[in-house]
Amino acid sequence: MKNKKLLSLPYLIWMIGFTVIPLILILWYGFVDSTGAFTWDNILAIFRSEHLKPLGISLALSAASTVLCLLIGYPLALILRKAHIKKSGLIIFVFILPMWMNFLLRTYAWLNLLDDGGLILNIAQALGFRGNIVGTNGAILLGMVYNYLPFMILPLHNSISAIDDNVLNAARDLGANETQVNTRVILPLSVPGIISGVTMVFVPSLTTFVISDILGGRKVLLIGNIIEQEFSTASNWNLGSGLSLILMVFILISMAILNRYDKEGSTLA
Amino acid sequence: MKKLKKFFGAAYLGLIFVFLYAPIVTLIVYSFNSGKGRQWTGFSFTWYEKLFNSASIGNAVGNTLSIALLSSIIATVIGVISCIGINALKNKSRAVYMAINNIPLLNSDLVTGLSLMLLFIAVGVTSGYPTVLLAHITFNVPYVILSVLPRLRQTNKSAYEAAIDLGAKPAYAFYKVVIPEIMPGIISGFLMAFTMSLDDFIITHFTKGPGINTISTLIYSEVRRGVKPDMNALSTIMFLSAIVLLVLSNLVSKKQVGEVKAAAGEKKSKQAV
Repeated sequence: MKNKKLLSLPYLIWMIGFTVIPLILILWYGFVDSTGAFTWDNILAIFRSEHLKPLGISLALSAASTVLCLLIGYPLALILRKAHIKKSGLIIFVFILPMWMNFLLRTYAWLNLLDDGGLILNIAQALGFRGNIVGTNGAILLGMVYNYLPFMILPLHNSISAIDDNVLNAARDLGANETQVNTRVILPLSVPGIISGVTMVFVPSLTTFVISDILGGRKVLLIGNIIEQEFSTASNWNLGSGLSLILMVFILISMAILNRYDKEGSTLA
Repeated sequence: MKKLKKFFGAAYLGLIFVFLYAPIVTLIVYSFNSGKGRQWTGFSFTWYEKLFNSASIGNAVGNTLSIALLSSIIATVIGVISCIGINALKNKSRAVYMAINNIPLLNSDLVTGLSLMLLFIAVGVTSGYPTVLLAHITFNVPYVILSVLPRLRQTNKSAYEAAIDLGAKPAYAFYKVVIPEIMPGIISGFLMAFTMSLDDFIITHFTKGPGINTISTLIYSEVRRGVKPDMNALSTIMFLSAIVLLVLSNLVSKKQVGEVKAAAGEKKSKQAV
């Protein structure tokens, strides 16, 4: 029995080497300057306007894309629940299929529609729209919703379709109308799915630099772009690490908030 | 009233369907355009020819497939062996393992990629194929563990003990009794790891160095330079092969690969909360 436990050791060493130590490195780089002396500068740099503004846009866009995905995905999951089980398997397959297309190509695909000569821009211009779509916050928001919508639909569908029909029938027998069934029974029972979906949309939206690179036309910078540039072109790893630490703090905060709702949700259920 | 509701439901599904597929259809249509711009100038296979004659795309496809295959196989082997060890641990130490296992799932890809890049630089390894492979194994093992460990914990210990009592050596009993029982978990873990590796861009971007490209990193550098119709052709081929693979795997096994990817996403978020 003893030697079996030893089998877990190589993995522990691997994970310490490739996960724990790298994170400590980020922490280290974030708190020292280029000479190796301790400093708060890399952390406090977030308050400089050229960093604060991208962080603000990132937070606003990722919050907006999360809310939009939830508003679009929730009715869809409700409709799928009511659809025939055989049919809903096929429908969910159709809605997940775009996920297999390369993430960058999916984003690039919108460039074909929104950029000069693209179908949507042409239609918008025919309707009297002047200006560009690419390079606006709206284009980036669209890219986020498009890319991460399946990540919202899946957990919502999983949790809503798992609700027992008998529970809903019991609510109806006890006099609940359809609205009450939706808000007082289905909604609380789907909280775990909502939380999964929200995390899966919010975190990648907050940290993305690809969507803003492709659809932002180099005019919109998100905090992800700033960090990526510090590492790839500017080669200021200390500053990049400091800003990454700030980003991690926001991710942890959002998870802590969601965690609280999860507990409230499960007591409701 | 009920009919009206059904109509709105169908219309809603239709709208989302158009939203999801319009860009993909546009890509496919443009891939057959003879011109470079966004004006339709006639049907042609020019961009497909260009695609198949490009050495850099061939290289990138090769790298992507070999990294995905190697990293998921190695991750599966490491994952299964570690699961046996973790399963034998006491609850407290198992919790420590699971906490460490969750770090890559919890963390954003951006931070994971950056931290690995810093590690490789600190150790003095030049970035290239091996560093990408190491990075992919690192983010793949947790998926294998998450799908194998629950299976292993459900296995009936008596069957293994019975095999031992009947004279089987531990290794033989494990191979003949335990492995078949946890096989579905191993397969879904492997497939999850394989798709995660195929799909990855961010972590590869930070660990690859200048010399090599995967499909994702190649697309990134191409797309940033403007309109690239051969990328449309590449998208079309990748999308069609994804459909073919999915249909095939549905025919071959009852377990939908869709469920696997769904489970991967679910798990990723579950661990995060």
